[in-house]
Amino acid sequence: MAVGKEIRTQIGSIKNTQKITSAMQLVAASKMRKAQERMGATRPYADRILEVIGHLACANPEYNHLYLDEREVNRVGYIVVSTDRGLCGGLNANLFKKVVAELGAHHGKGVEVDLAAIGSKALGFFRSFGGNVIATVGQVGDQPSVADLIGSVKVMMDAYEEGKIDRLYVVYNHFVNTMTQKPMLQQLLPLPKDQSVDLSASMGTHWDYIYEPDAREVLDALLIRYVESLVYQSVVENLACEQAARMVAMKAATDNAGQLIDDLELVYNKARQAAITQEISEIVGGAAAL
Amino acid sequence: MATTMKCNVVSAEQSLYEGNVQMVIASGDLGDLGITPGHAPLITSLKPGPVRLVFENGDDELFFVSGGFLEVIPLQITILADTAERAENLDEAAALRAQEEAKRLLDEQQSEFEYSRAAIDLAEAVARIRVIEQLRQRRA
Repeated sequence: MAVGKEIRTQIGSIKNTQKITSAMQLVAASKMRKAQERMGATRPYADRILEVIGHLACANPEYNHLYLDEREVNRVGYIVVSTDRGLCGGLNANLFKKVVAELGAHHGKGVEVDLAAIGSKALGFFRSFGGNVIATVGQVGDQPSVADLIGSVKVMMDAYEEGKIDRLYVVYNHFVNTMTQKPMLQQLLPLPKDQSVDLSASMGTHWDYIYEPDAREVLDALLIRYVESLVYQSVVENLACEQAARMVAMKAATDNAGQLIDDLELVYNKARQAAITQEISEIVGGAAAL
Repeated sequence: MATTMKCNVVSAEQSLYEGNVQMVIASGDLGDLGITPGHAPLITSLKPGPVRLVFENGDDELFFVSGGFLEVIPLQITILADTAERAENLDEAAALRAQEEAKRLLDEQQSEFEYSRAAIDLAEAVARIRVIEQLRQRRA
């Protein structure tokens, strides 16, 4: 009986797709757990280094570092952290929307923008959208290392030091929970005032440090490390977001495939039943005619 | 006089130790340091090399750091390592290979950038091997 052959094959192909999406969902779930752990593991470094910078800034208040100086804004830099792979829902799209809105705002004020793209998707996006990309890192993988990122971060920091850009931001997805990821914009340079003020207030006492080799050198190196660690932190967080978003997207895809299969099976059964009924009535009709 | 102090060892990628220690021994930029409770406030950058923690119960553990900072404030020590590993996780074969490779690059007399890069790699590999040997000596 050749009823609804097309429907059968369609159901078969949807079932195959469903298998793939549900496998991807499981993989993303386990990767997300690991990425979340890594996200937790890297946070202490940024916290500690901020603490030390706070101590130093109080111990040596007369030294005003370039990274703490507010300048008039003529040109700004953005480090855009995206994923390497797609199939993760609207994660990247939402992020880019935010960046584009920012770019539009700056454009309106006549401020020019330099970009650093981390992750293949950002690179692809800015290639088609346009924008002055001065540094890129692609394929950071599931376990990004600081060494992979340092190059492009350094390009941006050098640009800041040379006065080519007057402000540096990082844009990434903030991991709220498994269901929610929020695109975030964080100012890296100059170090946001409220943060440094906060520090000096909380550290009432200051110590007369012994510096090896000397105060300026140590503070310089620390501030650079701090910015690098912030960028690293945002990459790791974005990675956790990617896996979470992929898990949710793939769960939705699997559910939709199930729904589609149910609908098609209903149509198929109806067609089969109609064919049987027709056949019976033909036989009965034929018998009556005899 | 307190006999222990708080100690944190963190690298950019993870937190390695958080707790009380009796003494910390590290290799600073200007020489090796041994820090016990009551040390004057100090900030120093670190060279690639071993960091040894002596815990409250007298046990100790060896770490390798590839550089970073050490901050001492009264009764608290923070080590901010660029990368850090527990000594027993170090791979001696890989370190020796890295040393050979760096030496080879140094001999080849390349551009200044590559030369300094290789010199840094060599220093790091040598420091790793030093840590492994130190660990082995203590075990013997």
